[in-house]
Amino acid sequence: MASYPALADASRLAEISQSYERVARNRTLYTLLLIALCALSISGGLYIADQANSGGFWTGLGKFFDYPAELFLGAYEKGGMGLFRLTLQYLPYLFETLNIALVSTLLAFFLGGALSFVASRTLVSNRLVVALMRRVMDVFRAFPEIVIALLLVLIFGPSPVAAVIAVTTHTIGALAKQFSEVNENCDLKAVEGIRSMGGNWFEQIRFGILPQVLPNFLSYALLRLEVNVRASAILGFVGAGGLGAELKMVVDWNYGADILVIIFMLVVSIALIDYLSGVLRHKLIGQSGQV
Amino acid sequence: MGRTMTDSHYEETWVQGESERLGFQYPGVIDLSWKKRLLGPLLCLVTALYLGVCYFAFDVSGVVERARGDMAQLFALDAYAHKIHATYQFKKPDQGFVVSLEGSKRAIYKEHPAWIEGNGAHSLISLGSDGILQFNGDTVTYRHPEFEQAFIFKVGEGAPEFIAGAPPAWLKVSKTQVNARPSLFTRIWITKSKVEAQRYFAGWENFWFDFDSELNGVSARELLKIAFSSERLDPDISNVRFILSEFWTNSEWQHGEVYFALFQTLIMAVVGTLIAGILALPLAFAAAANVNPLAVARTGLRRFFDFLRGVDMLIWSLIFIRAFGLGPLSGIFAIFFTDTGTFGKLFSEAIENADKKQAEGVQATGASAVQKYRFGLFPQILPLFISQMLYYLESNTRSATVIGALGAGGIGLKLIETMRTRQDWENTLYLIALIIIVVMVMDQLSSWLRRKLIEGQA
Repeated sequence: MASYPALADASRLAEISQSYERVARNRTLYTLLLIALCALSISGGLYIADQANSGGFWTGLGKFFDYPAELFLGAYEKGGMGLFRLTLQYLPYLFETLNIALVSTLLAFFLGGALSFVASRTLVSNRLVVALMRRVMDVFRAFPEIVIALLLVLIFGPSPVAAVIAVTTHTIGALAKQFSEVNENCDLKAVEGIRSMGGNWFEQIRFGILPQVLPNFLSYALLRLEVNVRASAILGFVGAGGLGAELKMVVDWNYGADILVIIFMLVVSIALIDYLSGVLRHKLIGQSGQV
Repeated sequence: MGRTMTDSHYEETWVQGESERLGFQYPGVIDLSWKKRLLGPLLCLVTALYLGVCYFAFDVSGVVERARGDMAQLFALDAYAHKIHATYQFKKPDQGFVVSLEGSKRAIYKEHPAWIEGNGAHSLISLGSDGILQFNGDTVTYRHPEFEQAFIFKVGEGAPEFIAGAPPAWLKVSKTQVNARPSLFTRIWITKSKVEAQRYFAGWENFWFDFDSELNGVSARELLKIAFSSERLDPDISNVRFILSEFWTNSEWQHGEVYFALFQTLIMAVVGTLIAGILALPLAFAAAANVNPLAVARTGLRRFFDFLRGVDMLIWSLIFIRAFGLGPLSGIFAIFFTDTGTFGKLFSEAIENADKKQAEGVQATGASAVQKYRFGLFPQILPLFISQMLYYLESNTRSATVIGALGAGGIGLKLIETMRTRQDWENTLYLIALIIIVVMVMDQLSSWLRRKLIEGQA
């Protein structure tokens, strides 16, 4: 094995270099095409959007800081004590929004978890059931929360229940999909062991799968909690209660200080939940855990 | 069961010995500490308690009790069915029964449907399974299959008068009018000025072409014939274009406007995600510890990402709507502000986690700093970069609908507008169906592209 006949052959070398150049040329071409496509869709999209907007981009650009400045001016006029009083005033509503998010995440955790086992290819042998459950998940996931919330607000009246149902529906779909992926990636040896001892399907899931997947499940649910706090704040805008409903009211009335206080409360609570869920997730799945 | 005493005794001691051995080898697995044993049930109990408290805090039973079930039923019915009114006005006897869609003056049928026999003062209106309504000029006789005796009203002079029959709960007679709802699909309404029968029929009426269109009610086969015939319906344009423009400008379903709104929503999602990704990439490099040695700049960028992400898309859209006005441009900016923060955080973490051996290898060949990152780092994070952008593309389609409803335009605004009228539930259902389909298609497309681009399998 001292000589390399393929490399020694000059014509073969030329052939390799030619085909390499061809591949490289193709790649450059594809990259350029992709960049052109991106540039075209961005410029075209921005043009259409600018046409459709009621105010233009260039006229709006100068006004960008007007609204934040107006808010800060309103807050400045209120003074420190006034802002503190406003914070206390809106605290119950923040609490309601957080409750909406937590309740819907919990409900979706249990329902989506149950659904995910039936929608995992490795755990259910019946292909039809799995395919059906996956479609159900897709439909649940595709529902924007606001659509369900709008319908339910008309039926239930302004109530956080509408928001809970809306957020839960979407979250069930989203979590069930992630959960079923976790299920399909996990080790089946424990399941086989339990089956060999005569355990039924539920026992196989309970003792064979659940201990393996629970940390990942919890981690995904914690990630979802933060998303759901944002979602339930938005749903308040269509009358589903919580801090969003208050925000909508003060935005309509143009109460600068109130708007700023509510925004501040939302941002701080979202950041806090983000941080806490990050710490908890690190504990659950360890430093190496990638979720 | 056929075993001897010694066998079972041996088995017992063996099991005992084995469990002792395992317990010794894996301490804390078989003999769980009380803390660990209680953790699961305790967590479940706390969760159940919390949900119970919230049940009362949200007043779920009260809300369900107060829920407008009848309204929900009506929405559901109206969403898939259309209502046809047959109205006789006493002041205009020569018109007879006027048959119209939802009572609209602009949608009056020229020919009577088969369920109305005769016209004017001697008419017989069949109400399907809800019986027959007979009108004789001055009396209305209603025969319901479940009641032997007919309900007879004297009409025409002043308020309707109830003559015969015992009115059931669904037949309400007041001083000025008679209002009968034998089932959800039928309504009879008699006032001093008119007799009206309303019937629901399944299906979306005038979905393809609106009421005034020449093509209304034309079957698909005839439509094909028209499309390929040389005889032009409109002398200026070809038949195919005429058919398409009639569909596009349908005034009741507003297909043209709806699809343009949908297109706007897609533009918001696609352009917002693209700009965010392109902006976030250099920023992420600048915020990564293995690229940028300046700790102050890194921390500053990180906090900037947190700020963009933490101020929610909802709040960004409020600010941009104030500046740029209502419309998709504000939506694009709201999406790209939020997602620049998200992408910046995700990408910079990915860059920091990247393997530095490749970059070192490139450096060893004498590459410049830019080349080192371009050929040593960039190829490593490109798959993640693309897959995250595709993933957010799908979720941004949904977000674009949501912030659209808050005033950024597109299909979300369209949806909230049709819902506010509380009448055109069929249009609402149409929009919801379109939104769901588009989100699902984007979802499938993004996961297909991710599979194809990242894993190299179709």
